[in-house]
Amino acid sequence: MVPISWYLILSAVLFSIGVAAFFIKRNIITVFMSIELMLNAVNLTFVGFAQQWHEVSGQIFVFFVMVVAAAEAAVGLAIIIAVFRARSTLNVDQIDLMKL
Amino acid sequence: MIPMVNPALRVLPEIILTLFGILVMLADAVMAKASSRKPLGWLAVLGALAALAASLWQNRLPAGDAFYGVVRTDAFSVFFHVLIAGIVLASLLIALDAVSDTTEGLGELFALILFGAVGMMFMTSAVELLLVFIALEISSISTYIMAGFRRKSAKGPESALKYFLLGSFATAFFLYGIALVFGATGTTRIPEIASAIAAGHTPAIIYIGLAMLIVGLGFKVSAAPFHVWTPDVYEGAPSPVVALMSTAPKAAAFAVLLRIVYGAFPLLHDHWTPILWWLAVLSMTIGNLGALRQRNVKRLLAYSSIAHAGYLLVAFAALSADGIAAASFYAVAYAIMNVGIFAVISHAGGYEDRLTLIDDYRGLAWRSPLLGGVMAFFLISLIGIPFTGGFFGKFYVFVAALHSGLIWLAIIGLVNSGIAAWYYLRVATAIYSRPSESSPVHSLPRPSLALLLALVITVSGTLILGIFPGGVLSSARAAAATYTSVSPVPSSSGTSAADTTAQH
Repeated sequence: MVPISWYLILSAVLFSIGVAAFFIKRNIITVFMSIELMLNAVNLTFVGFAQQWHEVSGQIFVFFVMVVAAAEAAVGLAIIIAVFRARSTLNVDQIDLMKL
Repeated sequence: MIPMVNPALRVLPEIILTLFGILVMLADAVMAKASSRKPLGWLAVLGALAALAASLWQNRLPAGDAFYGVVRTDAFSVFFHVLIAGIVLASLLIALDAVSDTTEGLGELFALILFGAVGMMFMTSAVELLLVFIALEISSISTYIMAGFRRKSAKGPESALKYFLLGSFATAFFLYGIALVFGATGTTRIPEIASAIAAGHTPAIIYIGLAMLIVGLGFKVSAAPFHVWTPDVYEGAPSPVVALMSTAPKAAAFAVLLRIVYGAFPLLHDHWTPILWWLAVLSMTIGNLGALRQRNVKRLLAYSSIAHAGYLLVAFAALSADGIAAASFYAVAYAIMNVGIFAVISHAGGYEDRLTLIDDYRGLAWRSPLLGGVMAFFLISLIGIPFTGGFFGKFYVFVAALHSGLIWLAIIGLVNSGIAAWYYLRVATAIYSRPSESSPVHSLPRPSLALLLALVITVSGTLILGIFPGGVLSSARAAAATYTSVSPVPSSSGTSAADTTAQH
C-alpha cells in the first residue's frame, strides 16, 4: 500500500506549484487555473486523510469543494469576460487602472 | 438536559432571507422589462427586517446545536446575526437611495445582497468547518459579483477581478488549513477538534493548518499583510455595495476567527497569539500610514478599514473574555459608523461615483448642511472621540489589551489612533471649508426616504453606543461567555463552546 506521506507530499507539491503559478503567470485564465490546481491539491489531501482515519467525512468534504469550485468557476469566468469586454486584454499587468 | 427545539428554528433568519431572495429573483424575472425594480428593493428591506426580528427572537431559544451538530445558536451567533441583519437592512436602504429606476440588474443586486447575507449568517453560527467553508463561499461569491456590478465602467470589472482572484486564492489556503487540521485530529467539528487537541493529537501539521486558516481569514478581514486587494476593490465597487462588504462579511469572518481560535484551538494559544499580535500591529500601522497619502475618499476609507481590522485584532490577542466582548462590541461600533459614512458618500457621489477625491467634497456642508454634518459626525466617530460609538469601541479594546498585559500593543494602538485623526480631520476640514470658485459643482440629489431611514439608523446607533454602551456591551459579554475556555467570565448565560478544561 502507498503510505499516506506520499499523497501528502504530492498534494503539497501541487499546492506549491499553484501558489507559484498564481504569482508568476500573467494571463488571467492561467492564474485562475492555478487556483483550481490549489483546490484540487487540497482535495487530494482530504482523500488521503480520509483513508488514513477511515473517516468518510473527508471524502464528503471533497464533493463540496468540487461544487463550490464549479460555482466559483462560473462566476470567475463571467468576471473575466466582463474584464475582456471592458479592456480587450487578458494580461494582468495591463489591468492596472487602480494602483495597488 | 437541553429541551428539544425544532432544528428549523435554529436557522430561521437564514430561511427567511433565502425565501425573500428567491422571491425577489422570481419577481424580477416576471416583471415587465421597462418597469422600475425599486419595489423589489423594498421587498428585500422587508426580508431583512423579518430576518432581524427572527434573529432577535432566537435569543429566547436555549443554546444548542442542530442538524447533527453543524449549526449552533447561542448568545454569540445571535449577536452577530442581529449585527449582520442590521447591516444588510441599512445597505439595502442605501442602495435604494443611490440607484435610479434604470440601473442595470437591480433585481439581481437586491437578491445577491440577501443571498450573501445568508452565507454571512451561517458563518457566525457554524460549528463544523464544512459549513464554515460553504458559508464563506456563499458570502464571497455574492460579493465578487456585486463588486463588479458597474460592468460598463472601466474600474468595475477590474475591481471584481482583483477581489475574485485574491479571494479564491485565500479560500484555497483556508481549505488547505481545514484539510491539515482534519488530518491531525480526524474531525472537522470545532468542539471535537478542541477535544482531540486536549487528548494530545498535536502533530506538526496542525500548526501549519492553523497558520493557513489564519492566513485565509486574514485575507477576508483585510488584515495586513493580506490587505492589498482592499483599496482597489472599494474604489471600483458601487458605494452601497462597499457599505455592505466593508462591514458584514468582515464581521462574519471575525466571528469565524473567534470561533476557530477560541473554540477549536484554545490550547494552542501560545502559538496563535503571537501571530495575531503581529497581524494587529501590521494592520494598524500599514492601514493608517497608507491612508495618510490617499487623495481618493473611498481608498482612504479602505485603508482606514484595514487599520480598524487591526484594532479589532488587538482585542483578539488579549486572550480573555473581556477581549472577545471588546472585539464583538468593536465590530458593531465600526459597522454602524462605516455603513453610515458610506450612506453619505453613496448619496453625494451617486451610484456612478461622481465625487471621488477629497477635494470633490470641499464645501459639502455648505451645500447640504445635513449631509456634511452627518459625514463629519461619522468621521469624528471613526477617530474615536467621546460620545460616539468609536470611542467606546477603542476604549474597551485597549482596556482589554492592558488587562492582559499587552502594554506595547496598547501603546502602538494609541499612537495609531493619533495618526488616524490626522487624515480623518483632513476630510472633515474639506467638508467645512468654503467651496473654491474653480472646483466643478455637482448638483446634489434630494435625500430620499430610504437615505433618511439609513441615516437615522446609523446616527442613532452611533450615538447610543457612545452614550449608553451598556446594552450592547452586556450582549457582547454574553456572547463572549459562550467561550468557557477563556474564563473568568462573570456571566451565567454561557454554554460550553469546547469540551476542554480551563487552559491556565
